[in-house]
Amino acid sequence: MTESVQQALPLLRVRDLSVTFPARPGKAPVLAVDRVSFDIGHAQTLALVGESGSGKTTTGRAVLQLQASSSGSVQLLGRELGQLPRDELRKMRRHMQFVLQNPYSSLHPRMTVAQTLAEPLRIHRFVPAESVTARVAKLMQLVGLDPTMVRRYPHEFSGGQRQRIVIARALAVNPDFVVCDEPVSALDVRTQAQIVSLLKSLQDQLGVSYLFIAHDLALVRQLAHRVAVMFGGAIVELGSTEQVFGKPSHPYTRALLDAVPVPDPAAQRKKLTETVPELQFHGLVPQTGPCVFGENHAQTGSACWHVVGKEHGVSCRFWPNSLR
Amino acid sequence: MSAPAALLQVRGLTAQFNRGDVASQVVKGISFDIGVGESVGFVGESGCGKSVTARALMRLAPEGSSVAWGGTVLFKGQDLLQVNERVMQDIRGRRIAMVFQDPMSSLNPVLTVGAQIEDIVRRHTGASASQARQRSVELLDLVGIRDAARRADDYPHQFSGGMRQRVLIAIAVSCQPDLLIADEPTTALDVTVQAQILRLLMRLRRELGMALMLITHDFGVIAGMVDRVHVMLDGSIVETGSVDALFANPQQAYTQALLAAVPRLDMAERLV
Repeated sequence: MTESVQQALPLLRVRDLSVTFPARPGKAPVLAVDRVSFDIGHAQTLALVGESGSGKTTTGRAVLQLQASSSGSVQLLGRELGQLPRDELRKMRRHMQFVLQNPYSSLHPRMTVAQTLAEPLRIHRFVPAESVTARVAKLMQLVGLDPTMVRRYPHEFSGGQRQRIVIARALAVNPDFVVCDEPVSALDVRTQAQIVSLLKSLQDQLGVSYLFIAHDLALVRQLAHRVAVMFGGAIVELGSTEQVFGKPSHPYTRALLDAVPVPDPAAQRKKLTETVPELQFHGLVPQTGPCVFGENHAQTGSACWHVVGKEHGVSCRFWPNSLR
Repeated sequence: MSAPAALLQVRGLTAQFNRGDVASQVVKGISFDIGVGESVGFVGESGCGKSVTARALMRLAPEGSSVAWGGTVLFKGQDLLQVNERVMQDIRGRRIAMVFQDPMSSLNPVLTVGAQIEDIVRRHTGASASQARQRSVELLDLVGIRDAARRADDYPHQFSGGMRQRVLIAIAVSCQPDLLIADEPTTALDVTVQAQILRLLMRLRRELGMALMLITHDFGVIAGMVDRVHVMLDGSIVETGSVDALFANPQQAYTQALLAAVPRLDMAERLV
């Protein structure tokens, strides 16, 4: 592959990714992720937002090949991850890492910080054995921790410090892409703010890209370049942060934004006293006849996706009947 | 605005946990009042003692711990830290009721939700089985559960998280308590569901005239729900004020730092 072609490809390219969980007795199989497509560029953050059960985490896991997908394609650095042999995929893991929500359960309680941070370096032979200690110290500094603390165990750290260790572990092998699954939702608000600005400064320094899974929309607005809103396993809206927050075009996105409490007493009181219509977002596009945008997908065979602005799209699925 | 008559007067409340030889004081002598029908918020970070303070009012110790309470908790003239357990049992759930964060672990999984409401109604009001049944359906209807008569026969796992929290609220308000304590009532819920539960709590407070003690770490939640706020840090109340004054003009550096850390959707401050 030539240099110029590599430049043109996004770092991560996901197309029509679907994940189906097998049926439980007497139930239909669950389509947890339904034909999801997005790109993430170098040093970019795409946020995945939506309610619990909308498929955010499953999408993140399927992208990392930690969850088998039922169809679709995931390309990282131009390579199709779904078709790689095991050992090849393992090598690709150097480029993609994972930060989980709960820093209490995602660190091994009986491994010191030094052991935790050295493990990925050894597995991927990232640095020669004699340089591991130096690299571990550098990682500690990178995430704002004192390198002299590497002999300690996870329980000796606060929640925020632990999440810094988890981030350092993810960045140990200098990945291009990190999935952050609710990385701050278990933390207090001041610690949250610190971790978010750490993630941002690491992006600026290292050029790492994030798939940032979160339910806190105010946080997403601070950190993300682009936002994908998920509902019922599908992306219902995708655009730049300015577009999705400034000009939300799917009724579910609007409902989600309206529901966020505002830390302003007068505004929030007004919000809570207003009566809001309870919208039912369930229901698929009618099999026959035009969708909300007037297009008959059954006839044209086109995807249920409509461009509403430059690189800003919205799905015609999951529109409440009252808005059709 | 004149202060409402005091329903609850807490003076010098302390809570000390004893684990083996180690004693740690997690509430360090705090004092506050809650008036009849008043809505008061407690905010602070995890470990600041806000939940333990709430549990003190019902004399509930966290599971597996031994706790020594100190100070006085005057509720309608009675010191709840002194009354015997029989009296306390009549107050818990009837005069003071509580809604917790996690609606699944607060419900009994093997009983229908109707049975769990009927249980507390019968315990506290001496209603007959059929009266209690009727009341449970009324309560489910009150908290916005559709088709309440049929849903009363469903088990907790058949409800979504938001609906379970509605059930818990129905149980809490079943005996028309004077004070409802809500400890992070929406933290486990999605934001759209959270908005519904907050609206429900506001409506019930208005309709039933209850006082509300709301404990949360979320400044957005506290903003619209309460009249007064207490900010807690390390077992003490560090700042108290009307919700408007506290948000507009926080006095303590700690409160200022907390408020400054809250990301806001309505302001275009961006890191990227």
